[in-house]
Amino acid sequence: MTPQGNRSLTTPGSRQALLATVLIGLALVLLPFAAAEFGNAWVRILAFALLYVMLALGLNIVVGYAGLLDLGYVAFYAVGAYLYALLASPHLAENFEWIAQTFPDGLHSSIWFVIPLSAVVAAGFGVLLGFPVLRLRGDYLAIVTLGFGEIIRIFMNNLNAPANITNGPQGITNIDPISIAGVSLAQPLQIGELSLPSVQLYYYLFLVLTLLVVLVSVRLQSSRVGRAWMAIREDEIAAKAMGINTRNIKLLAFAMGASFGGVSGAMFSAFQGFVSPESFVLMESIVIVAMVVLGGMGNVKGVVLGAVLLYAIPEALRHLAKPIQLQLLGHEYIAPEALRMLLFGLSMVLIMLYRPHGLIPRHHAGGRT
Amino acid sequence: MEILLQQILNGLVLGSVYALIALGYTMVYGILQLINFTHGEVLMVGAMVCMTVVAALHAAFPSLPGPLLLVAAAIIAIPVCMALSAAIERIAYRPLRNAPRLAPLITAIGLSIVLQTLAMLIWGPNPMVFPDLLPTDPIQIGGAFLAPKQLLILVTAAVLMAGLITMVQFSRLGRAMRAVSENPKMAMLMGVNADRVIALTFMIGAALAAVAGLLVAMNYNIVQFTMGFIPGLKAFTAAVLGGIGNIPGAVLGGLLLGVIESLGAGYIGDLTGGFLGSHYQDIFAFAVLIVVLIFRPSGLLGERVADRA
Repeated sequence: MTPQGNRSLTTPGSRQALLATVLIGLALVLLPFAAAEFGNAWVRILAFALLYVMLALGLNIVVGYAGLLDLGYVAFYAVGAYLYALLASPHLAENFEWIAQTFPDGLHSSIWFVIPLSAVVAAGFGVLLGFPVLRLRGDYLAIVTLGFGEIIRIFMNNLNAPANITNGPQGITNIDPISIAGVSLAQPLQIGELSLPSVQLYYYLFLVLTLLVVLVSVRLQSSRVGRAWMAIREDEIAAKAMGINTRNIKLLAFAMGASFGGVSGAMFSAFQGFVSPESFVLMESIVIVAMVVLGGMGNVKGVVLGAVLLYAIPEALRHLAKPIQLQLLGHEYIAPEALRMLLFGLSMVLIMLYRPHGLIPRHHAGGRT
Repeated sequence: MEILLQQILNGLVLGSVYALIALGYTMVYGILQLINFTHGEVLMVGAMVCMTVVAALHAAFPSLPGPLLLVAAAIIAIPVCMALSAAIERIAYRPLRNAPRLAPLITAIGLSIVLQTLAMLIWGPNPMVFPDLLPTDPIQIGGAFLAPKQLLILVTAAVLMAGLITMVQFSRLGRAMRAVSENPKMAMLMGVNADRVIALTFMIGAALAAVAGLLVAMNYNIVQFTMGFIPGLKAFTAAVLGGIGNIPGAVLGGLLLGVIESLGAGYIGDLTGGFLGSHYQDIFAFAVLIVVLIFRPSGLLGERVADRA
C-alpha cells in the first residue's frame, strides 16, 4: 500500500480520493434501499454487519494497535447490552420496589445518557480486566481474557437469584427502542413521499456510529497514544526504555477498546429489544478476533473488510447452502450452521498459514509482532 | 466432617483428571512455549471414539464384561488421538514455528472449531449417554463414599502420571525432551532430532488426553462434541497453577484445582449467605488462574516468569 493510499482516509489530498469517499458514502446511504428490494431481512443483515464492524474496530485497538490478544471481548459487548437493557426496560422496576417507587413510569433512559454511560462503564470493565493482566503477554493474556469473558457470562446467567438482576438465562425483554429527538426508531419515518422502515433507521444510526468509530480509529493510529500502542506491540521493553508509561497506555487500550464494545452492545440491545446470555458466548469473541486477524490486524480497512466478509459470507451461506447442495448433490449433507463453522475454522487456519498478516496487512507488516 | 472428607475425595477425583490433561499442556509448553489450544478437542475426540467403541462392542457382544469394554475403548482411542495430535502439530504448528506469536494460537483456535464441527457432523449435536460399565455400589472410606469408577479414575491417573514422570526422568526419549526444552538449537547440535521429539511430545500428551477423555465420559456419563472445552480450560489453569512447563507442577496444580473447585462449590453457598450457589463452580478455575497470574505468575513449582510468554 502506498503512503498516499494510507492517508487518503483522513486527508483526502487528491480529487480522486475525495470522489471515492463521496461515492462510497453515497453507496452506503443507498445500500439499504437496494437491500430492501429483497426484503427487510437483508437490511437487518446490513445493520448487523455495521455492528460487527464497530466491534471489530474496537477489538482492533486492543489486538491490532496494542498487540494484546483479547479473547473475552464479547464481555464488554455484553456489559453495554445489559446496561441499556436494565436502564430502558420494565425489568428493574418490576423486581425492585424502590426503583418502582423512584420511577413510577418505569425506567426509560434516553440514548444521550446511555451511549456515554455504556462507553464509560465498559471502559471501567476494561480497566478492571486490564489491571491483573498487565504483566502478561501473548497466550497467557488470551486465556485470562477468555476466562474473564466466561465469568461475565456465568454471572449474567446466574444473577437472577436471590436478587433478580439479569433475569438469568431467560434474558431481559421489552427493551425500549431508541428514540432520537422524539422520533422513535421503532416506527417507520415519513419524509414526504418516502417511508423509511424501522430497520433502515437503525441502519443509518449504526452507519453514523460506525463512521465515527472508523474516524476515531484512523485518527488514533497516528496520534501520540496510537504510536505508543504500536511501540508496545513491537517491543514492550524498548517502548518502556523510550519513556512510555506502558501500564497506563495498555490500560488505555483496554478501556478504549472496551468502550467501543460497550456502545455497540447498547445499540444491539436496543435494536433487538431483547438480550440474553446466549448472545455473549465465547464463540462471539472468537468470531470478532477472527474478523480482526483475517482482515489484517492494525489496519482499519482490513478490519472493516474482515468484519463485513465474515459476517456477510455466513449469512449468504445460510440462504444459499441448502439450494446449492440440493442442486449439486441432490441431498442436504451439511447444515448451513455447521458449514459456516467449518469454513470459519478452515479460513482461520489457512489465512494464518499463507497470509499471517491478514488480507490487507498494515503498513510495515514485516516487523515483529 | 464427613461432608468435608467427601468433598475432598470428589475434588481429588476431579483433580486427577485435570492433572492428566494438564500434563499434555505443560509438556508442549515446556518445549515450544506454546499453548496447545486443540488439546481439549483431542480429549473430546478420545471420549467420542470410546463411546463408539463401547456402543459397537456392546451391540456385537452383549455378554462382554464392562471393564473389558473400557480397556478396548482405551486401546482404540489412544492411537486415534495420537495420530490426530501428530497431524495437528504437522498442519497447524510446525509451519508456524518462527511466525509471529499470535499466529499458531489463531490456527489452533481455527482447528478447534473445525474439529468440534466435524465431531458434531460425525456424532451428532446431541449429548449421548455413556453407560455405567462398572459396578455402582459405592465403597466406604472413613465417613465418605467413593464409587468404583471414581476409584478407577484415581488409580489410572496415578499410574499414568507416575509412568510419565519416570519416562521423562529416565528414558532416552525423556532425556531428549528435556534437552529440547532446555535449548532446542543446542539439542539439535547434539544430535537430537528436535522435530521428532516435538511430534512425540504431542503424541504422548494426546495419549494421556485420550485416557482422560474416557475418564471424563465415565465420570459424567455423558459425551458431546462441546465437552472438550471446559476440561481443557481447567487443565490449562491447573498447569499454570503448578507452574507451566513443570511436570510435577501440573500434577500438583491439577489435584489442587480439583479440591479447590469441589470445596468451593460445596461451601460457596454458606460463605456468601446463599447469594452465590454451586452453579458458580466454573468461576473458581478462572479466579484461581487470575490470582495465580497476579501473585505468582511462575506457578507453585515453576521457575519461569510469565513475562516470557
